[in-house]
Amino acid sequence: MGLETKIGEVLPEVITTQLDSLVNWARKSALWPATFGLACCAIEMMAMTDPRNDVARFGAEVFRASPRQADVMIVAGRVSIKMAPVLRRIYDQMPEPKWVISMGVCASAGGVFNNYAIVQGVDKVVPVDIFVPGCPPRPEGLIWAIMKLQEKIERDKVFKEEKAA
Amino acid sequence: MSQNLEQTQNTTRYPRYADASLIRSRFTGAVEEIIEAASEITLVAKREGLAELMTWLRDEPSLRFNYLSDISGVDLGEFASPRFAVAYHLYSLDHNHRLRVKVFLEEDDARVPTMWNVWKSSNWLEREVYDMFGVTFDGHPDLRRILMPADYDGHPLRKDFPIKGY
Repeated sequence: MGLETKIGEVLPEVITTQLDSLVNWARKSALWPATFGLACCAIEMMAMTDPRNDVARFGAEVFRASPRQADVMIVAGRVSIKMAPVLRRIYDQMPEPKWVISMGVCASAGGVFNNYAIVQGVDKVVPVDIFVPGCPPRPEGLIWAIMKLQEKIERDKVFKEEKAA
Repeated sequence: MSQNLEQTQNTTRYPRYADASLIRSRFTGAVEEIIEAASEITLVAKREGLAELMTWLRDEPSLRFNYLSDISGVDLGEFASPRFAVAYHLYSLDHNHRLRVKVFLEEDDARVPTMWNVWKSSNWLEREVYDMFGVTFDGHPDLRRILMPADYDGHPLRKDFPIKGY
């Protein structure tokens, strides 16, 4: 339209942008993971935050013990049938918008634990945004998942509920 | 010096099993068999009088099995008779020696008296054997599943249990 260039000339201290890209930028730049370490994957999840891998570069280093303060749940490890309702409850307690990363083959599909005790894929309990392959995935793999999630958040529409109604 | 060294070696030697002769001298009724193999002693006991036997093993000054390390269940297969066994692994902190007590059970009568009155630590151990094998512990204060969900179907470590569950 040329309006934003006009504003830029008259008010040089003001920038204009789309609300979607502003809100999505804010959301993707400060992902606060809820700790859900269940097995050896959790060790790699912790290694992701260390100075060598430094997930703080992507703004996702603030692990929260309370689901009320988290917006991405990293399911790190095999989910037993007894743990599944607990996991669902933690997910339900997280405020919207929220995302789930299924870390490793056990959380994604049961892995080697094809038996009576383990949920064969955490997507049977909660909706999963990103699956990370590996046993366990390296910290780089999990950082890749966070970058993929950021790309997904960028594509999001802030007012999608209103549009659908 | 040499005597001190000898004493140290004696107390740290493992596995040390208890002297079976004393056990053999008492409780000839409750004890069916004493197996000595690979310097380990296994005492096969009858279910009747098990609590008295265990209390005696705990309190006898020369044995003093004051610590119940573990209770394990055994399924010998759905065609075996007796099908189940429950093994108590005892340890004496005073004497640094061990003992294994086994009880064999038929499938249609898979129940043993609880050892909760002898060792309080048997509470959760018995719950685990109940959860995994379906062995009932009579007199247990709180016999619920401990590992599997409360509404779970079947006992996973039985030989006829399908690996994916029912």
